Amino acid sequence: MNVLLRTENVVKRFGGLVAVNQVSFELYEGEILGLIGPNGAGKTTLFNCINGIYRPEEGRIFFRDTDITGWRPWRLAHMGMARTFQIVRPLAELTVRENVMVGAAFGEKQMPLRQAAKIADEVLEFLGLAPRADQLAGSLNVAQKKRLELARALAAQPRLLLLDEVLAGLNPTEVDEMVETIRRIRERGITILMIEHVMRAIMNLSDRILVLNFGELIAEGTPEEIAQNEEVIRAYLGDPKLAQRFALEE
Amino acid sequence: MDMGFLMASLIDGLLLGFVFGIAAIGLTLIFGVMEVINLAHGPVIALGMFTVYFAATLLGLHPYAGVGLSAVTGLLLGILIYAIAVQRVIGQPHLSSLLATYSVNMMIIGIGTAVFTASPRNIEFSLGSITLGPATIPVARIVAAVAALLAAVALYFFMQYTRWGKFIRAVTDNRDAAELVGIPSNKVLAFSFGLGTMLAMFSGGLIATLFPFTILEGGKYELKSFVISVLGGLGNPMGALVGGIIIGLIEGLVPVFLPTTWVLVVEFVLFVLILLVRPTGLFGGRAS
Amino acid sequence: MKRSVWSFLLPLLVVLAVGLFPLVTQKDLHRETAFTLLRAVALAASLNIILGFTGYVSFGHVVFYGLGGYVAFYLVAVKGWPFWAAMLMGGVAAALLAYLIGAGILRLRGAYFALVTIGVNEAMKAFIYNFQPFGGPTGLTMNFAVYKAYGGPKAVLWMTYYWLFAIAILLVLVTYWIRTSKFGLGLLSIREDEDAAEVMGVRTARFKTWAFTLSAFFPGLVGAIFFFRNASIEPHDAFPLHVSIESIVMVMLGGQGTVIGPLVGGIGYQWMRVFLLTNPLLKNIQLAVAGALLLLIVLFIPAGLVGWLRRRFPATRRFLL
Repeated sequence: MNVLLRTENVVKRFGGLVAVNQVSFELYEGEILGLIGPNGAGKTTLFNCINGIYRPEEGRIFFRDTDITGWRPWRLAHMGMARTFQIVRPLAELTVRENVMVGAAFGEKQMPLRQAAKIADEVLEFLGLAPRADQLAGSLNVAQKKRLELARALAAQPRLLLLDEVLAGLNPTEVDEMVETIRRIRERGITILMIEHVMRAIMNLSDRILVLNFGELIAEGTPEEIAQNEEVIRAYLGDPKLAQRFALEE
Repeated sequence: MDMGFLMASLIDGLLLGFVFGIAAIGLTLIFGVMEVINLAHGPVIALGMFTVYFAATLLGLHPYAGVGLSAVTGLLLGILIYAIAVQRVIGQPHLSSLLATYSVNMMIIGIGTAVFTASPRNIEFSLGSITLGPATIPVARIVAAVAALLAAVALYFFMQYTRWGKFIRAVTDNRDAAELVGIPSNKVLAFSFGLGTMLAMFSGGLIATLFPFTILEGGKYELKSFVISVLGGLGNPMGALVGGIIIGLIEGLVPVFLPTTWVLVVEFVLFVLILLVRPTGLFGGRAS
Repeated sequence: MKRSVWSFLLPLLVVLAVGLFPLVTQKDLHRETAFTLLRAVALAASLNIILGFTGYVSFGHVVFYGLGGYVAFYLVAVKGWPFWAAMLMGGVAAALLAYLIGAGILRLRGAYFALVTIGVNEAMKAFIYNFQPFGGPTGLTMNFAVYKAYGGPKAVLWMTYYWLFAIAILLVLVTYWIRTSKFGLGLLSIREDEDAAEVMGVRTARFKTWAFTLSAFFPGLVGAIFFFRNASIEPHDAFPLHVSIESIVMVMLGGQGTVIGPLVGGIGYQWMRVFLLTNPLLKNIQLAVAGALLLLIVLFIPAGLVGWLRRRFPATRRFLL
């Protein structure tokens, strides 16, 4: 299998706090890799290092066999990386279609607007947002905004999709819908790295799972292996609420 | 070089620096608390000058009593401005608060020009001057500088040790958190705007005891306040005092080497450079 | 939603209506009124590129106007250049300044950007005040003989009017193109959320710099025209901060980020000014009344007239762009 993304000993500090500590992993083409860990474990910080929002203090990141450490986010987008934000960031005063067109027009393919509009409509259809296409993005509800985030990322037709808690804040029905959607995205040949707190979903979806705790990678394996890993359970016990959820959902 | 001229020029600049600094503290305080750049700052400074002028000519008050009256008026006027123009644009895009405060600027200048006309005024007032080595300094300047410094010290103690001072610092730090622990943040914002305006009018009052002025005079000091605030770190009141001293020294130093008209070039180039290289100022301000 | 052809024709018609009026009547007074309106329209429409489309509140628009004015004036009055070439250089000088400082200052956001643009304007004003080739504090005056080459002062007034009219039309075309182009979509995404835009692949730094440069080119041209027909230029006339602010008000009044908004805002604002200045009751406090009106707009319709219509009546979005 081809390695699409590889990190080598990535370190990110904020003042005295080490948010990401010596993290190394590989992501293979076509897989769904889950990234879990208690709150404050450094998951989103790791995402921000991967897609260029932060420059890691140490370590290297390779994407498509290119050393991309410290590259700006737009350059990574042009290489076929897309992401969603944990806290949705719709372009509020633009229409839903225009939002998605930005993703298509400025992604790897650098499409002209006419083509971007076509792709946008396809993606909106795929995600069930087509009836909202001419609405202002700011007027959507939370679940719709989550799907809009995903739509923008998908419209770029990325090779790698980083999903930051796309299930958070959704009700159970919406979660099921979104899980199904993520499966179908993978079927389109898009590789996925996802942060998620909804354990049932991530255990179901992921081929492999990485566990971060206090910025360090403490476990890596299939969902079954992770569910039985002593250290993982201990890590979550530090966060009783999550540990409970972990236990219940399993 | 003539050392006497240099000394005199530096002392003169330093003394004025305190007075400019106190106006800038007003501006930077307001920004720190509510992230509003008050574009009505200049006209308010001018109103301070006119308060002293009319207190002297109409009420026969001593100019320094007029400065006190001006400060009190400033507190009330600031709260009024906040209630009318600023309150509704808190938390809105910066364009809204910039234009809202500029609209206040237009109203004050508009009415001020109609009522006071644009002709220059002067307060007939002198305390003589004293000679310090090679420098001859008007006493009024020393009084103004000392008054400004005392006001800054008073503000410091107010902010550190009084209930409302602590409220202001809490709201500056984190408005939501302050609200959560029961601090009436809207009142604190109104009071802070009043306090900022008070300092502006106080400073204007002091300036009126030194120079002639018109209703448009405040614009000059507003721009100076911008430079000083940025120098000291926007939102950092004590930084602004040091910024004022620096600007005062520049104003004292530059004319020794270059024509006086270069002072503004130096100041504004410095202003732009600071914003580019270190937007939080020399002493750290509110993060951009 | 299919965009109606009126979204393009309406703004064009607005400018044509203002611009052609004095050509029909051939009256000097009408020409001067139209000149004032078109100047306002050009300043507002060009500011809209950086303010409305990109979301950066520039208080420095007038620095480009003043610099363009000075450069062109100098080239015509001192170096004897033909006016059109000098005007072009005025625009180029303004655009160049924007390009050079853009990379630095466009990293600042919000109030910090607003402040630095004020600083740039004041620094430039103070520098020109000391810059002897441009006449220092007294500025430059035009030798009357220069006008002779263009057929005398009256012919100059008409010629400069044609130039301004042409620039206003060009600006409508340019802003319409921006609003409907990929470049414009990139700018709008920066306005809405700069970080998210960059993550989606928009080269934000480059886009902002070009928007700023384009936005600066036109006031450079307008300044060149204004001061050439004014026959004199000095620092306080060339860089008045309140012209920057008036430009912002005009953009805001009509609707930032729309094509037609700044045109409507520019005309509306100037019309209001004339009304206030000629009203015997309000004449003396016209500035205060204008301030009160501005406050009402900021507080109650911050999206401007066109923005408000587009929001309140979504159907208007087809033809109001």
